[in-house]
Amino acid sequence: MEFADEAPKLLMLLYGLVAFVVVVGGLLLLLDAVPNYFARRREQRLIAASTAKGGPGGDGPAPAARPRRGEGLFAAFFLFPAIALLLIGLVVPAVRTTLLSFMDGGSVNWVGLRNYGWMFSQPEILDVLANTLMWVVLVPLLATSMGLLYAVLVDKARFEAIAKSLIFMPMAISFVGAGIIWKFVYAYRSEEQEQIGLLNQIAVSLGGEPKQWLLNSPLNTLLLIAVMVWIQAGFAMVVLSAAIKAIPAEIVEAARLDGVNAWQMFRRVTLPSIRPALIVVVVTISIATLKVFDIVRTMTNGNFNTSVIANEMYNQAFRFGQVGQGSALAVFLFVLVIPIVIYQIRNLRQQREG
Amino acid sequence: MTTTTPAPPVAKGGADRPKTAAGRVRRRLNTRVASLVSIVIAVLWTLPTFGLFVSSFRPEQEIKTTGWWTFFTDPQVTLENYQDVLFGRSSSAGQLASYFVNSVVITLPSVLFPLAFAALAAYALAWIKFRGRDWVYIGIFALQIVPLQMALVPLLSFFSQGVSVGGVQIMPAWNLDDEQRFIQVWFAHTCFALPLAVFLLHNFISQLPGDLMEAARVDGATHPKIFRTIVLPLITPALAAFGIFQFLWVWNDLLVALIFAGGGNEAAPLTVRLAELAGTRGNEWQRLTAGAFVSIIVPLIVFLSLQRYFVRGLLAGSVKG
Repeated sequence: MEFADEAPKLLMLLYGLVAFVVVVGGLLLLLDAVPNYFARRREQRLIAASTAKGGPGGDGPAPAARPRRGEGLFAAFFLFPAIALLLIGLVVPAVRTTLLSFMDGGSVNWVGLRNYGWMFSQPEILDVLANTLMWVVLVPLLATSMGLLYAVLVDKARFEAIAKSLIFMPMAISFVGAGIIWKFVYAYRSEEQEQIGLLNQIAVSLGGEPKQWLLNSPLNTLLLIAVMVWIQAGFAMVVLSAAIKAIPAEIVEAARLDGVNAWQMFRRVTLPSIRPALIVVVVTISIATLKVFDIVRTMTNGNFNTSVIANEMYNQAFRFGQVGQGSALAVFLFVLVIPIVIYQIRNLRQQREG
Repeated sequence: MTTTTPAPPVAKGGADRPKTAAGRVRRRLNTRVASLVSIVIAVLWTLPTFGLFVSSFRPEQEIKTTGWWTFFTDPQVTLENYQDVLFGRSSSAGQLASYFVNSVVITLPSVLFPLAFAALAAYALAWIKFRGRDWVYIGIFALQIVPLQMALVPLLSFFSQGVSVGGVQIMPAWNLDDEQRFIQVWFAHTCFALPLAVFLLHNFISQLPGDLMEAARVDGATHPKIFRTIVLPLITPALAAFGIFQFLWVWNDLLVALIFAGGGNEAAPLTVRLAELAGTRGNEWQRLTAGAFVSIIVPLIVFLSLQRYFVRGLLAGSVKG
């Protein structure tokens, strides 16, 4: 690395930071100027009204009746950057993607539902859909139960803080980093050689043969799912642990006095009390799982029948230039997310009312 | 009618202490099993990362021929892997130092911009009364469910071709290359972060006491003044929480970078390079382990030192709904 190579980047960073200061500072300055402007206008209007007193315009709205005239304008200034960026970066693109999904690969001719037909007729894509289903069912289930189990086990234990950090740590690691970590765990050497992958070493020391874990479907998908579970269990554990701690002490006490054992306590007290948090965790993990892309890309690149929708979408749209088919996959992903979100919103509303 | 009945002894002595000997034994056994299981899980969760960490310091020949656990019987330590992967000259080496700079350059503005814009918007949505306020809020809230994948293709063409309606060019193409591509990445990250950021900060800002705002209004303070002098200091913890969240998200992102930063070392972050190394040089473990650790170390430091804020942000976002 030579500093000269990095200088333009650092300059770019400087530009970015200057832009930030100018934009945000300028916006606030501008906002400071606006009320002054309105104050002056109001003054002028008051003077005009007082000089024109008794004139025909007397039944017009008195200026004083609308003291907060600048409110709407203020709101517009405060909201402008966020809404403009959302429109340019999300709303318009999402609508366009929906339109593109009804067009051919080069985005020239309308093809109706052909891209969607393609999606449900290609055996490879059907495999992709099946894999995605496997991910969305297994990851939330396993990660949440693992997180819950751990949260209950270490609750009020002596080294709770450290114990929780250990499980939570993978959350800070990128999916790419996690992919490499686990690729190393699954690493394979032929039978004559010494194993360097932990899993194969365990298999060998148990008297088995080393395996190419990531080559055989559907086992390879399960092993990729394990990586996602490894990452998400920490999230589940933290949220559920907070929910467990929020259970009123009196309820726990009362149950104890009734002589319930640990299992009954868990079934009858803990589980019902943390139900809302449980739903939130499952939903959040499901949505994150639907969009997972990095793990598959890093570990198998979608080969050996491990691809998922998000990965296939990237391949179609950005590698094979099949924009229509890629867009159709993106839209399908969106459609899959909607029911999950509706379910969550309904639950939250019930929770508020109940 | 004197209330001299003694309080139940169980409640006083602490409910954790069972009354009978059998109960005590059972309890101790339970905690034993519980600790054992939790230790097993903790080890299971930490071991893969630990193995990577140990490996990254072992000589190439050792990594490729023996398992990392042999390190404990035959410890050999070298920094050569890091030297190679960070500063190596050959194209097959990582040249990660350069990508590391890219990650930093990408991350800082990508955290600052959404934070500022979201704070402004959240304030307006919470404390400025204007028509259609609820609809704007619901609209932004709903945008959270749009997957990134829905926006990628058109946004990329927005950058590379500008906007034209019916053959008339309304916005010119940006035509960015090399390190100018950072702008695209910042832009994309900012857009994609906004719905969640507005939502979280709105949760927080709308819970500030209304009397405070009212009093300031009566004193003649304008919205910008209230925002700067009252709201901003009060929401610092929320800003910190979301800032950390966004930092980790941007630093660890692969998809956005892959599409908007290009693959070269002018603008692509660590994750892109690592994914590439994992694909093309999947057996160069000395580089992969050291490289992965280089990319992990910054978020890990941030995570370990600011864990409390991170957790707070997580809980605010997920449970309050």
